[in-house]
Amino acid sequence: MKWKVNVIVRLKEGLNDPEGRVIQNALRNLGFNVENLRVPKYFEFELESENPEREAEEMCRKLLANPLIHEWEYSIEPVS
Amino acid sequence: MVKFAVVVFPGTNCDFETERAIRKAGGEAERVWYKTSLKDFDGVVLPGGFSYADYLRAGAIAARQEIMEEVKEFAREGRPVLGICNGFQVLTESELLPGALRPNRVPRFICRWVHLRVVDTETPFTQFYEPGEVIRMPIAHAEGNYYTDDPSKVRVVFQYSDEKGNITEEANPNGSIMNIAAVANERGNVLGTMPHPERASDRFLGSEDGLRLFRSMVEWARR
Repeated sequence: MKWKVNVIVRLKEGLNDPEGRVIQNALRNLGFNVENLRVPKYFEFELESENPEREAEEMCRKLLANPLIHEWEYSIEPVS
Repeated sequence: MVKFAVVVFPGTNCDFETERAIRKAGGEAERVWYKTSLKDFDGVVLPGGFSYADYLRAGAIAARQEIMEEVKEFAREGRPVLGICNGFQVLTESELLPGALRPNRVPRFICRWVHLRVVDTETPFTQFYEPGEVIRMPIAHAEGNYYTDDPSKVRVVFQYSDEKGNITEEANPNGSIMNIAAVANERGNVLGTMPHPERASDRFLGSEDGLRLFRSMVEWARR
């Protein structure tokens, strides 16, 4: 069966995000009162699989994220 | 003569200098495309550059190539494995070394000379340095901010310092935890260094401090 998978990988709470800080400063310079801006990574793909949850989890652990510094979440729905 | 493989991935760019530095240190070296085999070599060096354009995370894609299984075998057998800059990132991504190299605290590419304090002289790569000695090498990276959740478990080899060897916040170029610039595995035969020893291997480059690292490695492999 074919699935549409969306994965978000973000830095663990408490780890500083230099890119996020720069973007936040730029937004503040434009007059927006932004706080706690983070820059997660977003992946979307189609997956042929009998067990998409297990494979998505494995993909995050093996490549898409670095378990030492990242946490992740994903959503999976059938391709219609 | 002991022979080292200098592994070339797409985007590697410090391979020629590294090969030359090993030869100057008395070893034989050969640049090896990542699709070939590492048999007949006594040690492996993963040089600097931008393998796979630093896509995803620096070193992440190279770390998952087939040749890394052979590199892991070298590490298990106790033969020397050295990762410089991007090579260090490949070694952490492949879990041959603990920790992760995150984007610099100020998120930009830094290219300059730094002072380093030699912390551990018991590794195959640092036996020709004095404990506490201060040396000079260049850094050139955007993702060199070393992070580990448990620094007490890491074998620290070089720390960023001032010219007197003091470990200060001002001497820390990238935000690395404890000013860590180079680490080894528990056994000592795998070393990752963000500073470039090959760029400090000739007095016309401004320093020969890095050459001793290659001399140590060559001498150690010869035994």
